[in-house]
Amino acid sequence: MTAAPSTSDPAARTPARGGAPRRGYRHGPGRLLGRAALYLALAVLLVPVLFPVYYVFAGALMEPRELASFPPRLVPDGLHPDNLLAALEAVPLLRMYGNSLVMAGVITVSQLVTSALAAYAFVFLRFRGSAVVFALFLSTLMVPGEATFIPNYLTLSGWGLADTYAGLVLPFLAYAFGTFLLRQSFRQFPRELYDAARMDGMGHLRFLWTVLVPLSRPALTAVGVYVFITSWNMYFWPLIITRSTSMQTLQIGLNSLKTGEAANPGLLLAGAALSVLPTLALVILGQRFIVRGLTAGAVR
Amino acid sequence: MSSPTILHGGGSGVPSGTAAPAPAASTPAPRGRRRERGREAALAWAFLAPSVAVFALFLLYPLGRTLYLSLHGNDIIGRPDRFVGLSHFAEMATPEFGGVLLTTLLFTLGVVVPGVVGALAVVLLLEGVVRGQRLLRGAFALPFAFSVASASVIFSVFYSPGNSVLNGILYQLGLDQVPWLTSQEMALWSVCVTTVWMNLGYGVLVLAAGIGSIPKEINEAARIDGATGPRLARDVTVPMLGPQLFFLVVISTINALQSFGQIHILTNGGPVGSTTTLVYSIYQYAFAYGTSDFGRASAQALVLLLVVLVCTAVQFGVLERKVHYA
Repeated sequence: MTAAPSTSDPAARTPARGGAPRRGYRHGPGRLLGRAALYLALAVLLVPVLFPVYYVFAGALMEPRELASFPPRLVPDGLHPDNLLAALEAVPLLRMYGNSLVMAGVITVSQLVTSALAAYAFVFLRFRGSAVVFALFLSTLMVPGEATFIPNYLTLSGWGLADTYAGLVLPFLAYAFGTFLLRQSFRQFPRELYDAARMDGMGHLRFLWTVLVPLSRPALTAVGVYVFITSWNMYFWPLIITRSTSMQTLQIGLNSLKTGEAANPGLLLAGAALSVLPTLALVILGQRFIVRGLTAGAVR
Repeated sequence: MSSPTILHGGGSGVPSGTAAPAPAASTPAPRGRRRERGREAALAWAFLAPSVAVFALFLLYPLGRTLYLSLHGNDIIGRPDRFVGLSHFAEMATPEFGGVLLTTLLFTLGVVVPGVVGALAVVLLLEGVVRGQRLLRGAFALPFAFSVASASVIFSVFYSPGNSVLNGILYQLGLDQVPWLTSQEMALWSVCVTTVWMNLGYGVLVLAAGIGSIPKEINEAARIDGATGPRLARDVTVPMLGPQLFFLVVISTINALQSFGQIHILTNGGPVGSTTTLVYSIYQYAFAYGTSDFGRASAQALVLLLVVLVCTAVQFGVLERKVHYA
């Protein structure tokens, strides 16, 4: 029988791509050469992509004198915490870590709440002009932040909120991208379930909180991960709205490391390594959700 | 919530832009129904209120104020003190601002073209990989975790004139040293390289998702007809990726136009203004060196807004058309 060997065929692990026959025909040196070229090309592309990822950690763990040597060392001869400790000393990185965490956390939670409420209104509640309001929501996405930063800076400084947490987060407490994504997800919710819940006299808020939110967890996670990473990585706004080192976020702290100490590469790499750990973990562990959040506009 | 895309396509067709039909509530009496509707609308606005408040305060009002500021001159601490009409815009007709626009254009091209071509090359090559495809894709996506600041700081170490890593590698290969950030000719491209590195992962994820959404039957049919490897990529995969490629070009363009952190950290717009893009110029007028020239900066911000709006409008226009026959 021809069906039997397919289980032992490694290519059968990707059945959708038509595993078995692929290996069957067109063997020979030409095909092998093609494979080799393919992997070579991938390696040529992968090395420059991964080298900075590797080097930021390798360099952070090198001894200062290793970093100063020329031509430079690519592998540390041991794990030295000197740079990490020096970076923590040069700039209050831990405090900045906390600031970034507070800022990104507040923005993420707030955007999840405001987006879920707005998406609920667009999907489940009837009101005049719903379509127009939704179009207006979407149009806010077209405005680049840089076009609003000057007035926002003036407004918030005028309120005495420059150099405060409130000043850092206020302009970002709502963003239409989350509403857009959650609306897509809420629309797939079975209408019968909604009707049944309403018939039972369940209020809108309770339905949203106890039924819809738990069932929409993948979409909420996608929005949450996306918002967290983008706000954790924000640069322009925190740069202009904060002044004191104790209010600066980690990203601004990285720049301070560069301008403060006379461009000591060890400090810079250590700071960058520390700053990238949380988002690196999110990207590695939550890639499924990131793909969903990032590509929502690209794939219908 | 198993497979959203399938539910999506199979469901109600989902025309973009229109609101979902509200639940057909079979309410008894017309009067009660009317009141019910009024309450529903009030609740809807209550739910929208937080978002609307943020947009009004930090998006709509600022746009108006940017326009106002752009028409006014200001004193030394940035308070508007006189109406100047369109003179801030007229002042843009200088070689200096022309240079800023040219730099912005070159930077955008230098980021978008290699970024999109690179991402396409990666996903097409990955298609030929039988085992470990997901792992490799994940590896290519890793730079996405790096913030503008961390990526720029790492590349500043690579580029640094003294004991730089890149020049060290060139030295060992017996090649000449490159003045990565210190020469007017090189600096912009060095910033582009950093940006491409940061954004490549995003492009790979977008295009990989696009490939995943190509119906399997199409690939099967092409394979049965004998199309493999490069031919399959050229005749089937790339054309089918049209919408995603277009999306990626537009999004990358918008992102490039808004790039700021890498320029601020790597070059501060220099040397001799050779990396001063539109956004960086806005920043310099408004916030750098204590100039607080909010009038000029706001006029430039409106130019930026206009350029980004045109890009977005093009995207929406083309995508809407594509949706209908895709």
